[in-house]
Amino acid sequence: MSDSLKIVFDSFANADANGLPHWLRTIRGAARVSAGQLGFPTVQHEEWRFTNMAPILQLPLHPAEKLKEPLTSEDIAPFILGLDAYRLVFVDGHFCANLSSLPEPGNDLQLGNLMGELARHRPEVEEHLTLYADTNANFFTALNTAFFQDGAFVFLAAGRTADKPVHLLFVGASEQPGATSLSRNLILAQRGACLKVVESHISLSDAPRVTDTVTELILGPEAQVEHCKVQQESARAFHVATIQASQGRDSQWTSHSIAAGARVARNQIQTVLAAEGAGAILNGLYLGDAEQLIDHHTVVDHAKPHCESHEFYHGILADRAHGVFNGKIFVRQDAQKTNAKQTNRNLLLSDDAMIDTKPQLEILADDVKCTHGATVGQLNDEAIFYLRSRGIGLEQARRMLIRAFANDVIERIGIEPVRTRLEQMLEQRFATGEV
Amino acid sequence: MLEICNLCAGVDGKPILKNLNLQVKAGEVHAIMGPNGSGKSTLAQVLAGRSDYEVTGGSVSFNGVNLLEMKPEDRARAGVFLAFQYPVEIPGVNSTSFLKAALNECRKARGEEELDAMEFLSLVKKKTKLLELDQSLLSRSVNEGFSGGEKKRNEVFQMAVLEPKLAILDETDSGLDIDALKVVAGGVNKLRRPDNAALVITHYQRLLNYIVPDIVHVLVQGRIVKSGGKELAMELEERGYDWILETVAANGKP
Repeated sequence: MSDSLKIVFDSFANADANGLPHWLRTIRGAARVSAGQLGFPTVQHEEWRFTNMAPILQLPLHPAEKLKEPLTSEDIAPFILGLDAYRLVFVDGHFCANLSSLPEPGNDLQLGNLMGELARHRPEVEEHLTLYADTNANFFTALNTAFFQDGAFVFLAAGRTADKPVHLLFVGASEQPGATSLSRNLILAQRGACLKVVESHISLSDAPRVTDTVTELILGPEAQVEHCKVQQESARAFHVATIQASQGRDSQWTSHSIAAGARVARNQIQTVLAAEGAGAILNGLYLGDAEQLIDHHTVVDHAKPHCESHEFYHGILADRAHGVFNGKIFVRQDAQKTNAKQTNRNLLLSDDAMIDTKPQLEILADDVKCTHGATVGQLNDEAIFYLRSRGIGLEQARRMLIRAFANDVIERIGIEPVRTRLEQMLEQRFATGEV
Repeated sequence: MLEICNLCAGVDGKPILKNLNLQVKAGEVHAIMGPNGSGKSTLAQVLAGRSDYEVTGGSVSFNGVNLLEMKPEDRARAGVFLAFQYPVEIPGVNSTSFLKAALNECRKARGEEELDAMEFLSLVKKKTKLLELDQSLLSRSVNEGFSGGEKKRNEVFQMAVLEPKLAILDETDSGLDIDALKVVAGGVNKLRRPDNAALVITHYQRLLNYIVPDIVHVLVQGRIVKSGGKELAMELEERGYDWILETVAANGKP
């Protein structure tokens, strides 16, 4: 293990929560070993070829401390996305009960912070936590597993529909360069349960902070979960996220990833279609400008027959921004009658903007339907001229076309106030015609 | 209204329009006919302000102002309208909000109040009737998935809403069956007023049975070689373009 990694690990180890149950301490120990073996990713790693994480190691990494002056509800008011929701708020990785709003006891939906649930020895946590996100493949997932500080626990009982969406709000507030939050979320929807979750990440400081977050979602048979991640961190932040779903028979998972912030953002969004009839929809929109790098790696693992997956990712990149899309689809030998579709479209608004897009299909079954397509283009000159020829100014014409391209993804979000807020966010971001 | 003097224009250094002259007065309908490749569509695109075409000489004055110095949107706001030969599909841009934005830009330029949503919708209702346009098309993206006929009808519908001073119809008849042709021509006729004018570009005489022009021009190799009344169109229909080409060749002028 390199010295710099050892220093990082030691700093996190000191903060390692005491009093964790034995089973978890064992898992964390193993994950730490795994992270050490994997090593910090460099562009020599195939999975990180385009995404240089090295600048993180230049930062004095340390677990973000609790703010001396706690935030108030006014501080977070601009970030609630208009949502009438149950809400768990984490500031620099630390749970803020005073900013959160939980369902009444007895509600079908049960929410809490993970550390609290661990202290209460909640059986579902022990049964599922860390079981799905692979600590042997991704350094940051292993790091998170070894050292996570806290996070959300969301549980919806069989056959129930949540009466409100759940909003998980992660606020980066520390002014300390290198302050790192390691959040861990566990979302369980039992058989036939129906749940919408919004996970948003924002910054109140523009310090070069680091977020390493892992969300595991477990969908029981026939469960329906919509998960919408909105990342709007500051321009100097580093953001690494793993979202790992595991889907039961006839379950339906819809994932949206809206990535607009951070200097470097990496999203690893993965699902295993582990039983027949499961369906997954993975939508994404990444918006980059200046020197931003925004990377999405998706993995859809068709493990069983008769499953469907639809991926739909759009990217809009301006200035010297760099986008990465890597979409893996595995169709296991057993997974006959698979229907998998992947689309990635990119709009480059400047000569220096760049996209690396790569579909990766590994198909071992022989009776399947798999399609993929990627496009890279500029704004359509013909369309711009058409709009101008009707009296619409050049800048407005460009904005209309960019917005149309983005809206193609936004309008797929089924959580209404979030959709409207994102449309407004796009409006502002495109106000000058650039992203 | 429109004065074109010795207009020369081309694309990628290749000259297409060569010293073209044309005058259109308010209240008039001019037809421009000509064989393929004679420069008809180039003329339309140059007047609308498409930057792919380079103007290398001459002048175009529109109600006394230099049209060639204006941006495309400013030409539209000043009252120039081009009905495209190939209307562009614009996925994700809603037809109604697009047209409302366009109309309000034009109204602002004319010093008129912008229309609110209700006023705009009632205007749209009136105009869709005029063109027998299915109003549900307007809830879709601009031209997306429209049939050829619907696209052309939509062009004339937009023209009806924007009420331009000078309408340029670039082969609006191509690809239309006779019923659609009648509807489109009927729409154009209803919009004729003493204070506006139209330039109807077509390859075939057929459209001119329904939109009766005051003057017909024949465009050959980038210049107008012959002008006349509506009977000239009939003659072209009967005899084709060859005799004109031969006359031009005999006179030694390109």
